[in-house]
Amino acid sequence: MNPLPLDLQLLNACASLLLLLSFSMLAQRRVVNLVNLLALQGALLCFATVLVALRTGQAHLYLSAALTLALKVIGLPLLLHRLIRRLGVYWDAEPVINPSGTMLIGLLIVVFSFGLAQPLAALASTATRSTLGIAIAVILLAFLAMITRRKAMSQVVAFLSMENGLFFGAMSATYGMPMVVELGVALDVLVAMLVLGVFFFQIREQFDSLDLHHLESLKEVE
Amino acid sequence: MELLLLLGTPVLGALVLWAFGAHRRAAELNVLFSATTFAAACALTVQVIARGPVLVLHEQFLIDAFNVFLVTLTAFVGLTTALFSRPYMRIEAEHGRVGAPRLRLYHSMYQLFTATMLVALTTNNLGLLWVAMEAATLSTVLLVTLYRTPASLEAGWKYFILCGVGIAQALFGTMLIYFAAERVLGAAGVTALLWTHLNAVKGQLEPAVLSLAFVFLLVGYGTKVGLAPLHNWLPDAHAEGPTPISAVLSGLLLNVAIYAVVRCKILVEGSLRSALPSQMMMGFGLVSVVLASLFLWRQRDIKRLFAYSSIEHMGIITFAFGMGGPVANFAALLHMTVHSLTKSAIFFAVGHAAQKAGTQLIDNIRGLLTLSPTVGWGLMLGSLAILGLPPFGVFASEFLILTTAMKQQPWATPVLLLALAIAFAAIFGKVQPMVFGDTEARRLPHPPALLPVFAHLAIVLLLGLYVPPYLAGWYRDAARLIGGP
Repeated sequence: MNPLPLDLQLLNACASLLLLLSFSMLAQRRVVNLVNLLALQGALLCFATVLVALRTGQAHLYLSAALTLALKVIGLPLLLHRLIRRLGVYWDAEPVINPSGTMLIGLLIVVFSFGLAQPLAALASTATRSTLGIAIAVILLAFLAMITRRKAMSQVVAFLSMENGLFFGAMSATYGMPMVVELGVALDVLVAMLVLGVFFFQIREQFDSLDLHHLESLKEVE
Repeated sequence: MELLLLLGTPVLGALVLWAFGAHRRAAELNVLFSATTFAAACALTVQVIARGPVLVLHEQFLIDAFNVFLVTLTAFVGLTTALFSRPYMRIEAEHGRVGAPRLRLYHSMYQLFTATMLVALTTNNLGLLWVAMEAATLSTVLLVTLYRTPASLEAGWKYFILCGVGIAQALFGTMLIYFAAERVLGAAGVTALLWTHLNAVKGQLEPAVLSLAFVFLLVGYGTKVGLAPLHNWLPDAHAEGPTPISAVLSGLLLNVAIYAVVRCKILVEGSLRSALPSQMMMGFGLVSVVLASLFLWRQRDIKRLFAYSSIEHMGIITFAFGMGGPVANFAALLHMTVHSLTKSAIFFAVGHAAQKAGTQLIDNIRGLLTLSPTVGWGLMLGSLAILGLPPFGVFASEFLILTTAMKQQPWATPVLLLALAIAFAAIFGKVQPMVFGDTEARRLPHPPALLPVFAHLAIVLLLGLYVPPYLAGWYRDAARLIGGP
């Protein structure tokens, strides 16, 4: 069997690192570190995009990489760090499920994701088919993180990590979405963060904390 | 041209109202922008009647029989809600619940929200559809939390997170469609997300990919439709936000989300040639109808009550689209129209009733007829209409759906009938004492706006008796387009 070309090897390495980062985000309880991990994930995504761009020579991918760099590596983490400082939320509370349990569920999710990606990967004409399973795993792991976290801030970081997984999936399956869509999505993410910033201040003003157990009074039946 | 006016007006409105939203005349300005949007929608409709489907701006926008009436409906309810919100928000301001800066936010976001819905309805690009749907969520989050009460913050947070996560699933689904389309339409990537192109080649799209895509799309946009068990955000967001927003969320946004699901279903069904999408939609629809009708019994807040009723009706519509075929699709489209008009009329009446009583709790709102016969009758007639009493339009569409179900899916008919009966008893039993009986309600500092309520109900009544030929023609064309198993 021929060894894979260097750029594909690098791409696979990127994918595995992304997965590793997802797991460390599941375990991390310091919110500042969580944001740093998110930025690192963004950087990997950016690097992977450049790799694919080099391989396929599609110009719009460079733009997409630049967008990722500006938004996900620099912009959003800076914004989140500022929010953390101004709101003074540094630690997440005990997660809903204990860490080892979360990790085990995470492992099952990865197996499931690869199973889900099997029929798709077989169809992929792109050189990056093996990474599709990882993309799905990153999305679902972020989902798990959202379920197990109790602080609003860490839920948001998990949400953004899900967005990263989606973009990685788009890239590994199709070499990225059309530019107009990517711009739109990026704009939405940015606006979402601004709305959230406002929102956090409203929550804090009302409850003096960002703990989500304050937000559990509305019930389906009264 | 008409399209640019249609989409441009609310965007311009959002900017202008962001600058002058705190002005004394901002509410009138809001009405003016909504009226212009409605005029543009009418012009566009005339154009579509004259020339058939329109594809404009590098094929990025499409107006066909399926979305033209939804565009008009959205612009119309947008206008009547703006008319209603003028006195309503003024009363809220006098009661001290909102100040000038928040009114500025409110007016500006109202226009932006209209713009996002219109983009979602008219775009031919599945990616842009997603972007517009997400933008619609974002523009309304801060409206749900307008009063800054603990409950409204919780509602806003739930709305943001649940819809955000849900719609992320839809993005993955969209991506999968793109993945499948690229193999047929070429890797240029420009046309592979355009609905018209996808529709032309849907038979060649890879079924395995599309069935997976549909699961994600249905879950994603279904969250936004409020299908059970993904409906958690809906009652909270409807109950805690200002009433005009409840009216447009329930009357318009849910329609737009269903529209997105159905557009995707057309593609997936064409590729799969199996009943999987239909069965999934029927399943989600039935579960929503049944769960919502049971939850109706336990509601003590009037706006939550009608929010659950919206879930029930969205379930009925989803079920009908799931059955497919010309009659069921026709009925579902009619039901979308009449539900939207009736439900927004109800919210208008409920809003004023709650202002008069000073509470949204059903037990504390009594004897509306004695103090304000118009609010009382508006609420009563609206409730009777939404419960499907003849001769209102909801009766016509529900009747069509039930008779079709009897032919195509006989097992589902008793379930539907039972749920409708439960819902009837629940809502009627709660609304009746609110309207009749003694009262302790107070006078409002401004006369309430009830013209929109009765205008909507009159149209619903009219649609129950007679569907104009244009509209029937569109419904039939759209029903053919949507097809079925």
